[in-house]
Order: sequence, then C-alpha cells, then structure tokens
Amino acid sequence: MRPRDVIKTLKDSGLRGRGGGGFPTGIKWELCAKSPGEKKYVICNADEGDPGAFMDRSVLEGDPHALLEAMALCGYAVGSDEGYIYVRAEYPIAVKRLEIAIRQAREYGLIGQNILGTDFSFDLHIRLGAGAFVCGEETALMTSIEGNRGEPRPKPPFPAVHGLYGKPSNINNVETFANVPQIILNGAAWFKGMGTKRSPGTKVFALGGKINNTGLVEVPMGTPLRTVIYDVGGGIPKGKKFKAVQTGGPSGGCIPASLLDVPIEYDSLVEIGSMMGSGGMIVLDEDNCMVDIARFFLDFTVDESCGKCTPCRVGTRRMLEILNRIVSGHGQEGDIEKLEQLAESIMDTALCGLGQTAPNPVLSTIRYFRDEYDAHIRDKHCPSHHCKELLHLEITDKCRGCTACARVCPAGAITGESRGQHVIDTEKCIKCNSCIEKCRFDAIIKV
Amino acid sequence: MNDMIKLTIDGLEVEVPQGATVLDAARKANVRIPTLCFLEEINEIGACRMCVVETGARTLQAACVLPATQSMVVKTNTRRVRHARKTVLELILSNHDKKCLSCIRSQNCELQRLALELEVTDDNAFTGERIEYPLDDLSPSIVRDNNKCINCRRCVSTCYTTQAVGVIGPIDRGFETSIETAWDTPLSETACIGCGQCINACPVGALREKEESPKVWKLLHDPDKIVVVQTAPAVRAALGEEFGLPMGTNVTGKMVAALRRLGFDQVFDTDFTADLTIMEEATELIGRIKNQGVLPMITSCSPGWVNYCETFYPDFIPNLSSCKSPHEMMGAVIKSYYAEKAHILPKDIAVVSVMPCTAKKIEAGREELAANGYPDVDAVITTRELARMIRSNGINFLNLKDEDFDNLLGDSTGAAAIFGATGGVMEAALRTAYEIITGETLQALDFHAVRGLEAVKEADVKLGSLSLKVAVAHGTANAKTLLDSIRAGEKTYDFIEIMGCPGGCVNGGGQPIVSAEERLRHDPRIYRAKALYAADAGMTYRKSHENPGIKRIYEEFLGEPNSHKAHQLLHTHYTPRNKYKYREKSVS
Repeated sequence: MRPRDVIKTLKDSGLRGRGGGGFPTGIKWELCAKSPGEKKYVICNADEGDPGAFMDRSVLEGDPHALLEAMALCGYAVGSDEGYIYVRAEYPIAVKRLEIAIRQAREYGLIGQNILGTDFSFDLHIRLGAGAFVCGEETALMTSIEGNRGEPRPKPPFPAVHGLYGKPSNINNVETFANVPQIILNGAAWFKGMGTKRSPGTKVFALGGKINNTGLVEVPMGTPLRTVIYDVGGGIPKGKKFKAVQTGGPSGGCIPASLLDVPIEYDSLVEIGSMMGSGGMIVLDEDNCMVDIARFFLDFTVDESCGKCTPCRVGTRRMLEILNRIVSGHGQEGDIEKLEQLAESIMDTALCGLGQTAPNPVLSTIRYFRDEYDAHIRDKHCPSHHCKELLHLEITDKCRGCTACARVCPAGAITGESRGQHVIDTEKCIKCNSCIEKCRFDAIIKV
Repeated sequence: MNDMIKLTIDGLEVEVPQGATVLDAARKANVRIPTLCFLEEINEIGACRMCVVETGARTLQAACVLPATQSMVVKTNTRRVRHARKTVLELILSNHDKKCLSCIRSQNCELQRLALELEVTDDNAFTGERIEYPLDDLSPSIVRDNNKCINCRRCVSTCYTTQAVGVIGPIDRGFETSIETAWDTPLSETACIGCGQCINACPVGALREKEESPKVWKLLHDPDKIVVVQTAPAVRAALGEEFGLPMGTNVTGKMVAALRRLGFDQVFDTDFTADLTIMEEATELIGRIKNQGVLPMITSCSPGWVNYCETFYPDFIPNLSSCKSPHEMMGAVIKSYYAEKAHILPKDIAVVSVMPCTAKKIEAGREELAANGYPDVDAVITTRELARMIRSNGINFLNLKDEDFDNLLGDSTGAAAIFGATGGVMEAALRTAYEIITGETLQALDFHAVRGLEAVKEADVKLGSLSLKVAVAHGTANAKTLLDSIRAGEKTYDFIEIMGCPGGCVNGGGQPIVSAEERLRHDPRIYRAKALYAADAGMTYRKSHENPGIKRIYEEFLGEPNSHKAHQLLHTHYTPRNKYKYREKSVS
C-alpha cells in the first residue's frame, strides 16, 4: 500500500475521531499529508481526563502495540518520522507497558530506522501529562509537549498546518488509533459493516453511576441508549426510577428518559444537547438532583480551566456561583435566564473546546429538567431531596418512641420521651441521614 | 497581486496580503474592532475575546489571530457579536476592582474606554467572588496591583519577548490565574531590571511606577532645601502628549516654565551632562583602543541595560563604560561644582531627576552613586509623574510661555538631544571621537547607519585612519541577540550602544502611555525620535565638545576628560548580580 492508499482506506472506512469531536480521521490524515513541510509529527492524545472514563487506559494497558502500529501507519501515510504519545502521569501501568511495548517494537524493527527493511523510518517518544484536564485539548497538549504552560492556542491554524513545534502534525486519540490497524487489515467495507452510515464502527463507553453493571462497554454505533442501559448495563439498582444519562463527560449533557431510544451517534447526541465525547456514560436515578449534577460537572471544568481566555476563566466561575446559590436555597428569579445568557456567550466566545462546551451540562439540564431549577429557586425545595440545605428531616406519627434515632444522632438534634413521639430540632440537624437509616418504622422522612 | 486575499468585512470588500489577520483587514476597511489583549507583534494570543467576529464558523472567532482567507465573509457588528463582546467585558469587570476614581490610569485606560464604547450600563452586571491580591510595591521602580489586572498578558509577553527578562507569568489556573513572579516573591527579589516596559504594555492600572512625587512635593515644601531639577533628553519629546499635543511635539520651553512654576530653585538640563558623558566616554573609548583595553566598550547610560548586564551577562561587565549615566553625572556636578559656585552646602541641595525611565529610580538608590558623600540624585520622577504634578498644581501647560534652562548647567548641543533615541549616544560619541582623533572638523554629522528601529544596527566607521566597528541594540532582547553573537565569537566590535528600552529612552518605561490601538497608527519610537533629530538639526552646536558650558566646566573645575577629579565624580563601577535574588536572601 502506498501512503495515499492508507489514507483512502481510512477515508472509505468513515472512521471518526473517538476523542469527542468526531472529525473524519481519513480527512485529518490527508490534510496533514498534503500540508507542505519536511518535518511532520504524529501525536497520540492519551491524556484521558474525563472523570470516570478509562476507555483509553484499557487499550494502553491491554494492547499498546495496536497504538504503536497505528502511529507508525500514520507516520507512513502523512510522511512523518517521529511521534509523541502524551499520556497522563496518573496512568503508571499504562506508561510502563507503553515503554515495554516501544522497546519490544524497536527490537523487532517495527519502529525505528528502516522499518522492516524499507526506507520508512519512524520512532516514538512518551511525554507525561502533569494532571491538567485542558492538556487533552490538542493545541494545549502540543504546547505542553513543547515545555510550556499547557494552554490552548487559537485555531486556525490547525495542527495539520501548524502543530507541534510549528510543524504539520496529526493528532488522534488512543481509541481512534486503535481502530486503524484493524481497518487496514480487514478493509473499509468490513468496518462499515458495523455501526451506522454516518458513524461506522463500534464505540467503547465507560458505564457508571446508578447502574447494575458498571465498566467498559463496546457496542456498535447506533445502538439505542436504552439497550446500553437496560440490556448491557442491567438497569437501575434497587428498583429506582431512571432519571437521566449523562454522556460526553464534563463537556456533555444529560439525556432524559423520553430520549432513551435515540441511537448513539455523534450527530444525534449533539442534536439533543449532549455529545459523544470520549465515551463517559453516567446513569442517574430519581435520587439525583439535576441542578446539583450540573453544578458537579461545571465545578470540574471551572477547576480545570486554564485561565487564558476571559469567558472560561471568569464566565464559568460566575455560572458556578449562580448554581451554588441555587442549590443552597439562595436562588433568585432571573437566575436561569442569567445562566442561559452566560452559557450562550461562553459557548460562542471561549478559546477552546473546554470552554465552548463547559456550559453543556447546565444547558441540557435546564432544557429537560427546568422544573427542578424552578423548584429550587421559587419553592426553595429540592425535588430529589438531595440538596442538603433545602432539606428538612421530619419524624411522622409513625414514630413509636423507640429512641433509636435519638441515640444515633451525632448532633443531639432529636428529643422525645421513651414510647413518645420524637421531634427533630432542624436548627441542630446536620442532615446526615443516620436517623433515617436507623428507624425501623419508616417514621422519618425528607421534606 | 495574485497572492492578495480578497474578503468582505461588513459588506465592504477589502484586499490584504497573505498572512494578514482579519483584524488587519478590518483596519484596512476602516472597520474598528475593539481589542484588549492584542499588542501588535508582542502579544497576539487571542485571550481576552473582545475582538470576536462572525465568520460563518460554529463559534465566534478572535479577529486578532484569525488569518484572513480568500472570499471570507466577516461580520463585526451583529447582535450576536455585540452581545458576546459586552458579556466578555462585563465578565472582566466582575473581577476588577473598578476603583477608577483613584486609579492612575483613569481616562487613559483601555478597559474604561471599552466600557464606555460598548455601552456598559451596569458595571455590576455580573457579581461574584473577587480575589484580593496584596500590593507588590517593594521594587523601587515598579508597583504591581493585581486587583486591577485583567490577565491580558501584555506585560508577560513584553517581559519575555521584547526584553528577554521573563520574570512574570501566569500562575495557578482557571479563576485563580494571576500574573505573578516565580514563587510569588516581590518583583524586587527577582531578576527584574526595572525597565518598566510592562507598565507601558498594561492596558489598565495593574502596573505603574513607584511614585516619588510625594517625596518631591515634600522637598519643594521644605524651606531649608535648595531643590534642583534636571530633565532627560527624551522627556521634552513626549511630555506634551500628556496635555493633548500631537505625538512628537517638542515642549522644552513649556516644560522648563512649568518646572519653575512648580517651585524648583534651579532648572538644569540633563542634556548638559549628556555632552559631558560624551566627553568622558569618547575619551575612555580612545584610551581603551590605544592601550589595548577591553573592547568592545559598551555604553552605560541606560540603567535598565546596566541591570540586565549585571544580572544576565556579568561577563560583559568589563566592557561597560565606567561613565555614570548623564543624570547621575549631573547630580554629582550639582552637589560639587554648582554647590561651590552658589555657595551652598551639598547637604542642603536636593537633586530631582525627571526621567523617561523607571530603572533610574533603582539606579538613584545605588550606594556607589554618591560622589560627594550624599546620593548624587535624591528623587527620580517619570515623565508621567511630572505631568501629574503639573496638573495637580493647576498649571495651564498649553498656555505657558517658553523659558530657558538655568545658565550654569543648562547649555546643550544637538549631540545631547539625540541621546533619547536609539543610536543617539553612538552618533554623538562618533561626532566627538572623530574630531579628537583626527583633529579635523567633521563635515557630515549625520550617521544614518545607526539611526532607526532595526533590531541590531551595525556600521564600519572611519575616524581618519582608525576604522571602528560599531553596533547599536535597543530593547534587552535585541541586546541579548547581539551579546550572544559576540560570546559565540561570530561578531567582533569596538564600540556598542545598548539601550534597555525598544527605541531608546523616547519609549522608556516612564513615558506617556500609548494605547495598543494608538501604537498601530503612531509608533512613539518614531515620532518622538523625530522631534529629537529635528532639535539636533536646528541647534547652533551639534557636537558635545563645542558646548560652551562643557568647555567652561573642564577649564574651571574638572581639568581634562578622564582626569582624576572626573573619575571621582563622573565614573562608577558595576557588580555581578544573582538572577535568583530570593536565594541570596534565604542564604543570609
């Protein structure tokens, strides 16, 4: 196969970037191949940072050679002789196995000078990330490899033209690369036989949250969310009611029960206000407060913002402050509108993908669970009884006066005579729920 | 013209060359796009997002870093764009102290101006946490107030790229990001050279000079002090801008008049000691050449450069001319020659220097610069501080009638006038060295090869039978390039002029601040230098050794250039400095 044949096979296969963006991989390689320049780089983004996601880690630890082979193929296709794997330092086993794999590949002549006796040479370096989520953004990743503070740069120019050290570079995520050798071996048609027309192949998801079977799940693209959650995942534990599924990591959105039959595809998920992302999938049940879920994810992106551009640095923080006051019972009329206004501007003006998608969890929860926001703001009430500051514990007349609750209460908030009705002093109560767990008569309720 | 790019901005067709940004194209189409973090060629990072425009892309794009492409359709003023810009600005304001009334940059603040232009009606549109930062005012030259900082990073890029110093940068991340020194030490404990270029880059009041005007007011109000003021060559070329005059207006006469109104007892001209510097420096150079001394000799007028040399290139200390900088020479001469003439004790004299420079504030505190047992200079104020003093004294600057400097130390030549522009000291020295060496009168006085804004200027100069290789660098990043080439043995020179600030003193860290946008139209380095070269061309005397006052001071007081007395009063020495000054402290 000539380099252009490799690219053609990849284009024909319809493989799209598994890191989140869903950009057609073959076209990406072609852009880099056509970009003028003697020196080019191939980069693997192994800075998997979404909370709870470990798809890439499983590839790095389980089959690092798939990655090396793909990167060498990429080097061959785009005309590069040097590659970098940027892997997060929090994956020590992955790093160790990558090192072993690179050594083995060198020994076998699969990377290095004159690979398999050809005049094609390609070698690899490993670079460790220092724990910044934003370094999963491709330009920030390259800036970090260059030894600078990991901050994104404006695009365009795109990496294919002006990438690492200013040279044309092709950057793909681990899972994307891992698909490549199989496509080259089995052909584009084989790959297109799986998944959907617009999103061929399979996708790995990290299934977590309120679900019976947690762990990594690989399904053909186009599988409905319902199949993944109820068939593969085995449904919601303890007979609780499904409320939403959060996809796409901190940049994604929450999908309600009414949309569970939507097929999992790049475009369909974006249409309903979420995204594929790198494959995080967190299931939420009736006990989850959607305002608090939005706050949780936004808190993550606020913490991980690099601080370079204004909307992300200040804007996401202001959104988080509004959410904090809503969940603590200090929400005001107009807060939802303010959140929407900020979200719109941040998505429109932020420098990189991190900022542009940071408002997604907030917008999607407002879109599908606006009544929960209203309840927090207007009634100072959390419908899921999750937000502590909006919660009161009450002892109903089911109380038999057994005194178990009063004895377990760490705050001394419960009083009552033996065999008499007990009461909770809401001023003293710290809402630890110990009394609820202790009560044998279901007499204590959250209101 | 095939490689021109045609695009449409707000319906206007415009053509720009390859490599131009949308912001460049908009300027050409006379469409104004607001900017804040953008500082041409210095800080082009697309961080603040004020300049966003619609291009048909999914999100808005920052015009300052967006390459113009063929047939692009750009909209700069849609509802979407206006809303986004205003929100971004309101977000910046939500994390700014908004103490405009007491801010030194009020009415000269790019943030304030944008708030007005974008019709911000509620300066608390977004509220929330603001981090309180302590003031860093321990440096004698620069004060950092992060409560006003908007994280545009213009100072950071300036410190790194134009000055190759790099002592400030962003630390922490997200909302906590702030511009700090390494380990959060005060600026005074870093390798900061005090050049103040960061102040000139700052769009707001987060960086300013350490003000000494309160001290000067105190001196002026002290009946027991004879307060003598001197003004550097570059001050007169820029002071007028503070009062609305066009850039490049020479206001020498009004400046002198204003200083008298402020109550200074004597108004002397640093140009006089610029001429004196030339006498001493040219003589030193000839001595070094004749006696196989250390070459190249490098000028020492710029304290920013001297700090840089001592800190980053201590191996070049032997190359530095031993001459004090002109205002320090003036201080030493005032407290000796003038004191004698006027029958005043040196202790009763206070010397105030009005300088285009913030590094001079550090320089004045050097212990070795105290020739008469007292500091040569007691206080240094910048051009900006002088303007503020004039305004606060109710002086109507524009209506002042021109006045002359006081006699004794007020004469000057065209050679001194051009000290304020890069290459000026070199040119002045060559004029005098030529005549000393050849004994002939120099006919063509203008050495064009050393003028202008090229990063490093080089020339081979014939002084009679002597051939000199000279070089001129301005801005310490350019100095670094030059010194590295000498260190590597790639270049050899006999005489080098280095000025710490790009363009020389006319663009010093104490000069009136020119906004990023105004810089695109009027480069202060060019306009202010023009005023000085025009002054030079119009002077009766254009060579330092022709200055009648200079002849007199050598006759009456100093004897010969480089005489024992001259050495005592006019020359100094230098000390290598640790780049990591906080270490010195922790060791001791």
